[in-house]
Amino acid sequence: MSGPNGANGPDAGSLASVGLRCPVPTGEGDRVLLGHGSGGKLSAALIRDRFLPRFSNPALAVLGDGAEVVLGTERMAISTDTFVVSPLEFPGGDIGLLAVHGTLNDVAMMGAEPVCLSTGFVLEEGLSLTLLDRVLQSMADAARQAGVPIVTGDTKVVERGKADGMFINTTGVGRLRADFRPAPDQACPGDVVIVSGPIGRHGIAVMAVREGLGFEVDVESDTAHLGPLVESLRAACGPHVRALRDPTRGGVASALNEIAAASGVAISLDGGAIPVPVAVAAACEVLGLDPLYVANEGVLIAIVAAEAKDSAIRALRAHPTGAESIQIGEVKDRPAGMVTLRTGLGGSRVVDMLPGDQLPRIC
Amino acid sequence: MKFLSEYRDPALATSLVSRIRALSTRPWTLMEVCGGQTHTIVKQGILDVLGDSVEMIHGPGCPVCVTPLEQIDRALHLASRPEVIFTSFGDMLRVPGSDCDLFQVRAQGGEVRVVYSPLDALELARANPDREVVFFAVGFETTAPANAMAVWQARELGIKNFSVLVSHVTVPPAMTAILESSDNRVQGFLAAGHVCTVMGWSEYEPIADRYQVPIVVTGFEPVDILEGIWMAVKQLEEGRAQVENQYARSVRRDGNRQARDIVSQVFQLVDRQWRGIGEIPMSGLGLRDEFAAWDAEQKFDLHGIRATEPAECRAGDVLRGRIKPIECAEFGTTCTPENPLGAPMVSSEGACAAYWSYARYRGGDGGGEEFAEQSTETRS
Amino acid sequence: MCLGIPGQVVEMYGAEGLPMGIVDFGGVRREVCLAYVADEVEVGNYAIVHVGFAISLVDEDEALRTYEALKELDQLDELEWMSEIGSGRPPGVVSDSAELADRVGDGSP
Repeated sequence: MSGPNGANGPDAGSLASVGLRCPVPTGEGDRVLLGHGSGGKLSAALIRDRFLPRFSNPALAVLGDGAEVVLGTERMAISTDTFVVSPLEFPGGDIGLLAVHGTLNDVAMMGAEPVCLSTGFVLEEGLSLTLLDRVLQSMADAARQAGVPIVTGDTKVVERGKADGMFINTTGVGRLRADFRPAPDQACPGDVVIVSGPIGRHGIAVMAVREGLGFEVDVESDTAHLGPLVESLRAACGPHVRALRDPTRGGVASALNEIAAASGVAISLDGGAIPVPVAVAAACEVLGLDPLYVANEGVLIAIVAAEAKDSAIRALRAHPTGAESIQIGEVKDRPAGMVTLRTGLGGSRVVDMLPGDQLPRIC
Repeated sequence: MKFLSEYRDPALATSLVSRIRALSTRPWTLMEVCGGQTHTIVKQGILDVLGDSVEMIHGPGCPVCVTPLEQIDRALHLASRPEVIFTSFGDMLRVPGSDCDLFQVRAQGGEVRVVYSPLDALELARANPDREVVFFAVGFETTAPANAMAVWQARELGIKNFSVLVSHVTVPPAMTAILESSDNRVQGFLAAGHVCTVMGWSEYEPIADRYQVPIVVTGFEPVDILEGIWMAVKQLEEGRAQVENQYARSVRRDGNRQARDIVSQVFQLVDRQWRGIGEIPMSGLGLRDEFAAWDAEQKFDLHGIRATEPAECRAGDVLRGRIKPIECAEFGTTCTPENPLGAPMVSSEGACAAYWSYARYRGGDGGGEEFAEQSTETRS
Repeated sequence: MCLGIPGQVVEMYGAEGLPMGIVDFGGVRREVCLAYVADEVEVGNYAIVHVGFAISLVDEDEALRTYEALKELDQLDELEWMSEIGSGRPPGVVSDSAELADRVGDGSP
């Protein structure tokens, strides 16, 4: 039963009549919500319902980490990301480091070799110039280490209160290889799911400092450039790599859900195999969070054909960033589009995509 | 983590499951009261492994779920006031009121902040003397001591710009209401371990006696829950109806006397509306008169706010254990976590949300196909 | 109403007339109000913490006792099954991998 929703404002009186559709559902309404930025279902809906119809073109429709563009005989990858993390500096890094690593990683997840970066800044009036210097230095160091120049950029300043210190956008351009084309829609039943390291570090490191929840944790962000790791993987078993994803906002759970949906497959995880550092697990316990949904900035997920599993893991582990790589699950054909997890009891649970952000809970 | 990880030992859990199945000569129906226990049961796949020996009916142990629509609307109203900083536990942010939720109020410019502890809200009041800080004091008896202390301290320190919007409920009257209803199927209870850590278990003895139901005070980890179920089934098989304590590492018969003391000085028993269930007399806590200055309902004019519960949401039936979430026609169709019809779907502890997230019995035709992938392997 | 996590009291002090402390939860530390366990609490004790308040001290003897009792039952079961069934595996066990958040160490496989 449904009907028009007639209530008009939080301090309105009773609903006008029986037969009204229920409370305005979360997600509908005429404003952008924080949840729209969380990487979960609301984000997906926002893009699907508002951006895609207006911007529609085949390159965009793939909705990968970046897009593929043809330039003459070259296939290029282009990816953009905007960084709004607060606080600007956190254990293990700063917004600048995230901005460079994040976009380099998106380019890497497409299988591309990075060529250059551009960067745009929105600075808040009153931002400390010393802090700005530190952030810029982080970016310079990270770009230099990756061998990728920041070739152009832009800076704007807005009034106090309008930018949370600073926002940074980075766009990366890379060269695609003909023989190495991981994509989210290529996972097949029988493939294995590998994660390159322990999960949940970035999200917990930032949350502990940001939310005013007052927790002290010995956790640092894992922010890292994953390009060299991907290169090792490619060299060892390139043709067998089906998909690569860096599980940032929304965590491993969201990234795997996207792959499962895009490929029309099921992903089955082994709960006991998923590596979670003790401190991350403890922080998640205390706050009532699930590590599978916590952001990572230095971890990748690789979906690899079964026959290449051992060489993939070996190649990843040979790298410092991938030293703790491990298989965490496998791809099956049913139930399509769903991610499930086997618990220690032999029971099963679904690992869904969250509607919005994970919230600390008390219950 | 010490005193936590041990109770997740899969070998122990599995041996308890086998013992439960070996022990039961017939199927038994138990209710776990607490949302956190529901969460563990569904998330850990305990539903799968119990098979036919035990049916778990999920009780109304989600204080978020049972907070009346009217109280949510009051919260939303307060949060929209420009002078107010509205503070709350994370659980409440997505619960829909008549028109919107706290997230949407935030999007419209209201200041809404998540806090971990009520003392953090008090601290906010101290740091912002020109604003009014309101804290949404929701919970069962477990949270009452913390909420009481925030109000107590506000008085001690003379912090006037702090108030609480109270929505506290107590467990025993809810259990009695369930046992009194004509279609009750519950034969035994797992009582909420942290509620009893504060309250002790003496209030449950008359209930066990009068209704002849075993009540086992149980913890929250898989081994705790399974041991609690085992103890309850053992009682049922042996024809006993007693209160037993599985969660002995935290619960004593008298509970926490210091906590109960402060709670009774700050709060008093009142009649309370339980969303989806109706009014249960003397089942809630309200601030005592001497603390009226810190009661948001007295401080702000909220009387005009009334709400009617929507017709389709069967939250009440789910909360009373009358139906499982999957038996509601709206489940997975018109009611999903993105578009929740009622609180049990949006609250992280609600039974509907737990089923959706973990047990995924969904389908496009309402009620849906049962997802029974690996779980069939473990049934005998 | 539930989320109560055990942690170890590592520091104690007073603040604004309230007994407070720092509790360590497997490496995560937070300030906790100890008012409700003030009579008995000592540094080194484990407490169950809910929304920033210690609501009980973990009775370590009790915890040990019941845990050992359970382990004994488990071993007893395993012996029984092994002799009855003749295999090393109790029925109902599909996977004996530990649950997600149970992994200790720094994530090594």
